[in-house]
Amino acid sequence: MFEHYLSLFIRAVFVENMALAFFLGMCTFLAISKKVQTALGLGVAVVVVLTITVPVNNLILHHLLDEGALAWTGIPALQSLDMRFLGLLCYIGVIAAIVQILEMTLDRYVPALYNALGIFLPLITVNCAILGASLFMVERHYSLGESVVFGFGAGVGWALAIVLLAAIREKLKYSDVPAGLQGLGITFIIVGLMSLGFMSFAGVQL
Amino acid sequence: MAAAKATEVLFQPIFNNNPIALQILGICSALAITTTLQTTITMCLAVIFVLTCSNFFVSLIRTHIPTNVRIIVQMTIITSLVILVDQVLQAYAYEISRQLSVFVGLIITNCIILGRAEAFAMNNSPGMAAADGFGNALGYSVVLLFVGASRELLGSGTLAGAEILHPVAEGGWYAPNGLMLLPPAAFFLIGAFIWLLRAWKPDQVEEPQFRIAPNSRSVEAF
Repeated sequence: MFEHYLSLFIRAVFVENMALAFFLGMCTFLAISKKVQTALGLGVAVVVVLTITVPVNNLILHHLLDEGALAWTGIPALQSLDMRFLGLLCYIGVIAAIVQILEMTLDRYVPALYNALGIFLPLITVNCAILGASLFMVERHYSLGESVVFGFGAGVGWALAIVLLAAIREKLKYSDVPAGLQGLGITFIIVGLMSLGFMSFAGVQL
Repeated sequence: MAAAKATEVLFQPIFNNNPIALQILGICSALAITTTLQTTITMCLAVIFVLTCSNFFVSLIRTHIPTNVRIIVQMTIITSLVILVDQVLQAYAYEISRQLSVFVGLIITNCIILGRAEAFAMNNSPGMAAADGFGNALGYSVVLLFVGASRELLGSGTLAGAEILHPVAEGGWYAPNGLMLLPPAAFFLIGAFIWLLRAWKPDQVEEPQFRIAPNSRSVEAF
């Protein structure tokens, strides 16, 4: 059992890295990776939000939306109701709500962390890595336990990738890049090379 | 902005203010679904539809939306449109819908759509907003088609399923470049696209953060 979860975690972090293998959360990944410090703050925020939203969406899917999921209400009309087409709307709503609640809770009880995360929390709502992880959870039929591990692993993988990219970009500002590639262009090429590096994990089986 | 010409709003985003190459918006989906031309074209059509409609509808009700809940209202409009696209694809093009997997749903979080709704549709009339949405979606499609066509042609020697370069495995001369079908190739190709675009329009080049001073004495180099 433990081994199964461990292998799921390692897969989510390295082999199926959200940023470098599935290109999710690319906009923030490229826009907010100029400094290691800010990249780390954003990474932590993504890990927290992913670890909460994926299991919550899993519960919503299995107890409200899935075919026959409403059987617990005992109403005959709802026995075989399939509301999965409302999935997208629910997931994005849950994500937006959780980000908002998290923001208010942190502001009230942990102001230090709230100030450190700053503007990154609201930005996370439109980070495709978050919605993407929930959709992968649906597509791969994860159980509740698996979705906790997968959410956490996907977050760690994304955070790892953005911190690594920020570290490279900090060094890069001293190098002599051709004019046309300056800035965004060279960043794309670097991410390509990083993605090539992460592909060497592809054969890892646990 | 009211005086801006519709044609300008429509064509400006294609090369001069390209959403992917200059505004850094909507990159995620541009990379993942470009392995074949067929999925690329489907994705482009889906984005053109969603972006034009979402800009139009957001602009239509812009004076009635309270500012502090505007993001949620915009998200609801966008999500409904995406659900529509998703259901149509599942009904009429199931095979493609399966290949695109989660990326149809991810159009919701494609930053181009929310970005344009927020930046343009909230302050402009419905007609102009629809033109802006259509133009930006075209700019997005140009990059996607470039990447998708290059990847399929070099990676498997075909274009939209039709054979162009005869591969070695079937007695031809072209050895398919497997790298092109792997994720990193998409990054290299977009990097190359940006380089080409900026070589053509030098005013888009970003300033380097540091200038490297030339060696004052040649001895220092050794």
